Amino acid sequence: MLDGIESVSQIAAWLASGRTLFLIIHILGVACFAYIIYRRLVPLLRAERDPRFDHLSARLGKFFKYWLGQWKHPRYKVAGFLHILIFAGFLLLVARAFTVLFVGVAPNFVMPGFSGRTGEFYEALTDYAATIVFLCMIFAIVRRLVFKPARYEVPARYGNAHKADAIFLLVLIAILMVADSLFEGAKAAALAQQGPPVAYETILSLPWIFNSALASASVHRLGSFYFSGYLLHEVTFYFLLCYRPFGIQFHVETSLFNIFFGKLNKGAVKPVRWGVSDEQLEQVKSYGVKTFEDFTWKHMLDFYTCADCGRCSDNCPANAVGRPLSPRFISIKARDYAFQHYPMFGAPGDGKPLVGNIYSEDEIWSCTTCGACEEECPLLVEYIDKIVDLRRGLVDDGNVPQSLQKPLKALESRGNPYGKMEKKRADWVNEKVFQQSCAIKTLDKNNGADTLYFVDSITSYDNRMQSIGRATARILDHTGENFGILGAAERDSGHEVRRFGEETLFLALRDQNAEAIKASGAKRIVTADPHAYNALKKDYKDLPPVEHISQVIAHAVKSGKIQFKPLENADKVYTYHDPCYLGRHNGVYEDPRNVLDAIPGLKRVEMTRCRDRSFCCGGGGLMLFYEPKEDQRMGVKRVQMAAEAGANVIVTACPFCMVNIEDAIKVAGLDGKMSVIDLAELADQQLKRKIPPAGATGFAEAQQECLGGR
Amino acid sequence: MEILVCVRRVPDTSENEITLNGAGNDIERDELVYSINEPDNYAVEEALQIAAKAGGNVTVVTVGGEEDEEILRREMAMGASQGVLLTDTAFNGSDGRGIAAILNAFVQKGKYDLILTGVQAEDGGAQVGGMLAAMLDYPFASLVNSIEVLDGRKMKIGREIEGGNKEINEMDLPCVLSIQTGINEPRYVGMKGIRAVASVPIPSYGAGDLGLSAGNVGPAAAKVRRVDYFVPSLGKGAEMLNGSREENVEKLVELLAAKGGLK
Amino acid sequence: MARIFTYIMHRGGVPDDTAFELTAAAKKIDAAAIPTALVTGWGQELESVCNALRAAYAEVWKIGNEALAHPNAELIRKALAKVVPPASIVLAPHEHFGIDLAPGLSIKLDSPYVPDVLGIEGVEGSALKVIRQEFGGQVSAHVRCDISSGAVMTIRPGAFKPIESNPLSGSIVDKSSEVGPLTSGRRYLQTIAAEAGEVDITKHAILVSIGRGIQEKDNVGIAQELADVLGAAVSCSRPVVDAKWLEKSRQVGSSGKTVKPKVYLAFGISGSFQHLAGIKGNPFIVAVNKNPKAPIFQVADVGIVDDLLEFLPELTNKVRDTRGIAAK
Repeated sequence: MLDGIESVSQIAAWLASGRTLFLIIHILGVACFAYIIYRRLVPLLRAERDPRFDHLSARLGKFFKYWLGQWKHPRYKVAGFLHILIFAGFLLLVARAFTVLFVGVAPNFVMPGFSGRTGEFYEALTDYAATIVFLCMIFAIVRRLVFKPARYEVPARYGNAHKADAIFLLVLIAILMVADSLFEGAKAAALAQQGPPVAYETILSLPWIFNSALASASVHRLGSFYFSGYLLHEVTFYFLLCYRPFGIQFHVETSLFNIFFGKLNKGAVKPVRWGVSDEQLEQVKSYGVKTFEDFTWKHMLDFYTCADCGRCSDNCPANAVGRPLSPRFISIKARDYAFQHYPMFGAPGDGKPLVGNIYSEDEIWSCTTCGACEEECPLLVEYIDKIVDLRRGLVDDGNVPQSLQKPLKALESRGNPYGKMEKKRADWVNEKVFQQSCAIKTLDKNNGADTLYFVDSITSYDNRMQSIGRATARILDHTGENFGILGAAERDSGHEVRRFGEETLFLALRDQNAEAIKASGAKRIVTADPHAYNALKKDYKDLPPVEHISQVIAHAVKSGKIQFKPLENADKVYTYHDPCYLGRHNGVYEDPRNVLDAIPGLKRVEMTRCRDRSFCCGGGGLMLFYEPKEDQRMGVKRVQMAAEAGANVIVTACPFCMVNIEDAIKVAGLDGKMSVIDLAELADQQLKRKIPPAGATGFAEAQQECLGGR
Repeated sequence: MEILVCVRRVPDTSENEITLNGAGNDIERDELVYSINEPDNYAVEEALQIAAKAGGNVTVVTVGGEEDEEILRREMAMGASQGVLLTDTAFNGSDGRGIAAILNAFVQKGKYDLILTGVQAEDGGAQVGGMLAAMLDYPFASLVNSIEVLDGRKMKIGREIEGGNKEINEMDLPCVLSIQTGINEPRYVGMKGIRAVASVPIPSYGAGDLGLSAGNVGPAAAKVRRVDYFVPSLGKGAEMLNGSREENVEKLVELLAAKGGLK
Repeated sequence: MARIFTYIMHRGGVPDDTAFELTAAAKKIDAAAIPTALVTGWGQELESVCNALRAAYAEVWKIGNEALAHPNAELIRKALAKVVPPASIVLAPHEHFGIDLAPGLSIKLDSPYVPDVLGIEGVEGSALKVIRQEFGGQVSAHVRCDISSGAVMTIRPGAFKPIESNPLSGSIVDKSSEVGPLTSGRRYLQTIAAEAGEVDITKHAILVSIGRGIQEKDNVGIAQELADVLGAAVSCSRPVVDAKWLEKSRQVGSSGKTVKPKVYLAFGISGSFQHLAGIKGNPFIVAVNKNPKAPIFQVADVGIVDDLLEFLPELTNKVRDTRGIAAK
């Protein structure tokens, strides 16, 4: 083809001889890609609906922040920086790539807007972009092969590491860069031989290297390199295009959509079926996800989009303690299932139940819904809704672990998972010393108040947690709140009931509570339980505004209503443990810290994993009844983190964290060396009251006159 | 295989505190939560698993009143194809034998290959299953903790005996078995399932339908009668240590040393 | 007054303790009663048992049949229905065999049945007044049984203490020929012994026993620590095995092992009779339980109301200090 092309002035002619070939490759490539995408869309067309076209400006915001802005990537510095470079490079190279493709069939093609000076500038920019991408590929390959970051390695029981595939794709991108650079370099060398020698401007770039190497090559050879560079580029380009949808690199195509359609309401759980209201729910025969097609299209898109980066599993507390759950494999296994059951040719296979085939029951029940996975994922892949849906499917089939059946039954008959009598729910207010100082009223339609203190089950019934209830009540009293509790009319908030898949029971509990809350006439709800906080805010509808006690105290400190007396013990070093449902799911990080910092003499340190990287204590609600297979308790790991940070007192703001951490201190053998206190208890203890408590020390219930009206 | 499971609604001991009422002659029933007798639930689960493997239907039956329908519905939500209520004012006040007679009359109207009951109820005495079997002249085995269906209308069953040992027997069908807890892991029944069967009709039969008279059921025929409930005055019982935890630990260690507990 | 029969459980040619408890129960029904022992079995073992009973019973009815070599309640019921005179009172122990035999026997004998009797108050007219328990022992009940047509009663093992009395020289009456052919729709195949665990709790003099109050599997270690410093073994009640926190071989009770330790420490065990039935030999029993009304406090020698999860580690430390053992 190139024989006889002696004239350098016909560079275009070198390409033109291959025009038909290139055209055929274009057509084949595009057709192939279109077909593949169509086949990939087939399961999505069969999937459950998922309304993701609301709040368009918020979605646009997500697009800018997480897609264009790569916001989550720097959480892992090396990989993050690497990816940002690659991503920026790719974006920059888009126009160039298309130009190169078109040039093969339309030799004088110039991308609109990229002519003249702009074009030259762009060329120079993209020379470096291609070089940087190439170097990133080399670095990434070396990193995978030699440095082997732990989170990429996969213990056999979780699944395949798909390592060879990952490296193959990195190599292909490198080749793409090389092909393009060879093409450009050869062309420049030919032009330089043709006319006055012009120095290749972008020195040290990949095209420059090729240009230098080929500067004195024969025209014939230049022609070959020019042609082969082009062909290699085109073939690699289309191969990558058609290969990406078969692996983790599919995210190149799907990430934009996945992020744009991402979930907007963190902490809320999707309904059993979109478009079916709670009242109509009875019409739905089967709840939850049992087969692959029960997932919504967005969840299927999540599976396609997962880049197998392992950041989720790296932060998953269940995974860290050896439970059979690895979030990335929830995605990858489902993706592999989709690829297998929706092949490129032939009819889709029969839908098999997912649990028992690609997932195990223990895997699904192991999740504490802490949200660390979702917080970490750069592609905004969702996990909690899927776990909840899978659990709904298991519950629907009666497949619930025996250890959970008892508390569920108790919740149904008594409104609390302990099976204790409803009428005893408010007995905690009758503690002798407490009652003398602070009588709490029970609210109903005849007896209202501005503020409702929603106590929830564990604080009401657990002997230890009741002191959190009393401390909270004393604080509210001190700030002059006109408040009361629902008493025996209160039911469990149902937060975990819903997240463990028992939607019908959750709705029953919610309706009972909503009625009682309405009857109380409260205009504001306060709770010391982050799970109740999240439930009231996200799962319940049409309620007055909800606050957590840490927010109440923080405001009161700011306004001066609360002042703290200095801490006496100078040996104590405090660290704050962010509860998952206060921190990650609701963004309340600073208020509790401000409260602690307002206590004179309090020394505070931060654990490495804090704020949105806080490590789950082990879970709350029904999770306390579940018996997981694990190597270690999450709480023990957390307590060790606190010790590593140099603390000897852990402060937490959640009764479930309290249970787990108190337990963990004993199991870890740190009794006497580490202690834990609830934020409300600490605040209550350090409150500067008008009348100093008589003989009260430490955690002991203070005898004091209640201030403020009721 | 047609399987009949005899079930009973009882106060749920794990969710109730059983106390005497004011008059001191019965337990306080005002705030009791009722549920299906736990061994009966295991029996229904076992029946469902047998029917799933060997083919067939599971019917649940109880002797009582309208309030007992809720447990029939719960077991139907679990998978039983049919619930039956045997109810009649004439049945009230029956003793264990009377209940067995009522069930016997019902069984005679149908054709069941296997009849299961729970091994005992909280307020019962592990009697109905054995009595029913004797009335029917069917072979009987109690404390069954494993069942294997064999060909030719036979079953291989395991019984829980002393020392954690298991006695293996072969049973001819039809037979009656009383089921011990732990034989399986009962499936969960949620509110959704129960609501789904809320309007399924539950046929009921009375004394007339079953051909029973005051001679064999009801208070007149009851030779065993509970007169009252009481809490016995506590005898000597244990010597309680009432000090602080530290003091109790010390005293206990002393006692253990004295009794040869510390070698 | 009706004739009283007692059904004798036996193993390896030796009568079970209940054989003598039933006599005591019979005397409570009627102080003047001369109960007759019913013994079924086969061969030399049957002979040994009958002989052993002659000191306590005036009459021992021997029913020997090869089919009865292994006690099959279905066959025994048939046999007894043939030999027991109408309107008799038949007593049997309330355990796995009695539960199997008695209800059906009451139908075949056309007598009322009272199960799991733990107290007998006497006869009033044609009514026998007894005491039973319900709701896991939380309440007791007075029960009246019309014994005009006799009765079948199962007696709670351990509820009646055998009475010391002068030995009799009873006669053995062979009733074997009266029972006829014995067949049934239930055939004994074999007995599968419980898996021997790594620890044989029946061989330990001190047992640290845990119940539901241990709350979760991870806490079992706390009990093991105490056991280690005491040189004891960890045993448990049924709920712990049902929850799969310990193997079956560790269970003490009527469906588990029978133990005869010197010291029995019961932590978080409520004290149901099925559990207590496994404790013999009158050991020194210490009970720790959060619930002051737990039935265990009735039978324990020393009781402490406390949370075992808090109490156990402290006890372990104290024992360690006392014995001068360094903590691990």
